[in-house]
Amino acid sequence: MKSGSNLEKVLEAGHFAVTGEIGPPTGPDIEAVHRKAESLRGVVDAINVTDSQSAMVRMSSMSVSAIIVQAGLEPIMQMTCRDRNRIAMQADILGAVGLGIRNLTCISGDHQSLGNQKGAKKVFDLDSMQLLAVVRRMRDERRILGGEEDFPAGAPLYLGAAASPFTRPLDFQALRLAKKIEAGADYVQTQCVYDIGMFEDWMASVRELGLHKKCRILAGVMPLKSAGMARHMAANLPGIVIPASVIERLAAAPKGKGGEVGLAICAETIQRLRAIEGLSGIHVMAIEWEHRIREIVETAGLLPRPLV
Amino acid sequence: MIKATRKPLEEISSSVKGYGRILVLGCGGCTSVCLAGGQRESLELADDLAQVARAGGSTQHQSSATVERQCNPVFLAEISGRIADCDCVLSTACGAGVQNLSDAFPALPVFPALDTLFIGVDIDVGLYEERCRHCASCMLAYTGGICPVTRCAKSLFNGPCGGTRVDGGCEVGEGKSCAWLEIHDRLKAQGRLDSILSLRPPMDWVDRGPATLVQVGYEGRYTAAKVAAP
Repeated sequence: MKSGSNLEKVLEAGHFAVTGEIGPPTGPDIEAVHRKAESLRGVVDAINVTDSQSAMVRMSSMSVSAIIVQAGLEPIMQMTCRDRNRIAMQADILGAVGLGIRNLTCISGDHQSLGNQKGAKKVFDLDSMQLLAVVRRMRDERRILGGEEDFPAGAPLYLGAAASPFTRPLDFQALRLAKKIEAGADYVQTQCVYDIGMFEDWMASVRELGLHKKCRILAGVMPLKSAGMARHMAANLPGIVIPASVIERLAAAPKGKGGEVGLAICAETIQRLRAIEGLSGIHVMAIEWEHRIREIVETAGLLPRPLV
Repeated sequence: MIKATRKPLEEISSSVKGYGRILVLGCGGCTSVCLAGGQRESLELADDLAQVARAGGSTQHQSSATVERQCNPVFLAEISGRIADCDCVLSTACGAGVQNLSDAFPALPVFPALDTLFIGVDIDVGLYEERCRHCASCMLAYTGGICPVTRCAKSLFNGPCGGTRVDGGCEVGEGKSCAWLEIHDRLKAQGRLDSILSLRPPMDWVDRGPATLVQVGYEGRYTAAKVAAP
C-alpha cells in the first residue's frame, strides 16, 4: 500500500470504486461542509474536495479535507498549480499528511481570469505533472524537490490526476495520461462522460498503451438538471461533449422533471460505463446536488460500498 | 522587440501637473517601431499635453526630442543640453529606457508615458503579439518553436490542460488559441511528437533579483574592471 487510504484499498482489492465531490463554501461555513460530507457517508469511497474551483475564492481544500477526516470520512484533497509555488505546495503537502489526508489529486486549476479575482497573479511554478512527480518523490524517496535529506516519516499519499478524453488534441489524450502515470499518478478521474462512444474510443487507446494496468481510471459523471443546462455546458465548457440524444431526452421531460430524467440518464451512464474493460470506478460530480448522489449510486447498483 | 502602448492622457497629465517646462523624450528603438513612443508619437503627446494645459489655463510649456535609444547612456548624453532646460521629462521609452534616463539624470523627475507590455512580433502594422517571457532557459527546442511559457495562459510545460476548446481556443477565451494544441499539431506534422512525450522537470526560474549579462567574450573586460574598482 502506498497510502493505506480507503480509496486505494477499494481499488487495489478490485472493487469498482465510487468517488464523490463537494465544493467548499464561499464563506467560513463549517456546517455546510458537514452537511454535504454527511450526505456522502456510506455512499462513496472517498470525497473530492475542490481547490477554489472556477478560480472563485472558497474555503481551502486542505481545511475542508481536514474537517472531513475529523468527521471520520475520507477526503481526496485537490491541489491546483494556480495559487502556490513549490515552497507552499510542498509545505501544504507535509501539512496535509499531518492532518491525516491520504489522497491527493494534482491539477492545473482553472485560470484566474475565469473567477472572482481576475487581477490575481498566476503562479503555475510547477505544472500538474511536475507536481505529481514532486509528491511521488516525497512519498517514495522521502525527500523534497532537490532535497538530499530523508524525512524521518513517510508521506503516504495516493496520487491522482485529471484526464480529458473529450478535449483536443484528442489523439494526444492517451499519451498525456501516459505522461501523468510516468509522473506518478496512481489514479485518474476523467471529465464528465455523456458521449459513451467517444469515451470508449479513448479507453481503447488507453488499453492499447496498457495504461489501465498501471493506473486506476475513474470515469467522471455529472447529472444534468435540464436541457438548458446541457446546452450551456456543451457550448461553454471545454472538454464537455453532450450528444444530441441526451439533450433531446432532457427537453422531452415534463416541466419541472428535467432533473429526474438527468438523474436517470446519469445512473444509466454509470451502468454502461461499468461494462468498459479497464475502467476501475466512477467519480460523481453533482454541484450543489450532493444530497442526490446517494440516489444515483443506489440506482446504478453500487450500494452498499465495500468495507475494506 | 519590446511592445508598449501610451498611458491614458489623464494619467500622463496628472504625472506632470505642476511642472513648468516639460520635455517629452521619444525613443528611436522598440517603442518607435511599435508606433507608441518614437519621434512622431512624442510630438503628438507634446501637442496633446499642450491642449490639456491650455484648456486648464496653465502656462506649462511642452517640447519634444527623440534620441536613438534610451536604453544606452551614450545616446542620453547627447540630449543633456535639452535636459538642463526642463523641469521634468516624460519618457516614451519602455520601462528600461525610463529607468536608464532616471539613472543618467538622478536630480531630474522622470515620468513614464507608456505602459510596457511585452516582447513580441509584428503581425501587421499596429498589430503585435507577445512571444517571449525571457525565461533565461529557452524551451523552444522541444516545443516546435512555440513558447508554452508565453503562449499557454497557464505556462504549462508538459502538454495542454483540460481547457482546450473545440475550436482550438484557450479556456480564457478572448480569441486566444491553445498553444499546446498548436505545439502538438506542429510537432506531429514534423514527425517530432516524441519531444513532448517525456516529462519536463520543474523550471529553474532564475528569479534572483535584477539580472546582469556579461556577453561571451567580454568576461575579462568586466571582471578586470571589478577587480580594479576600489
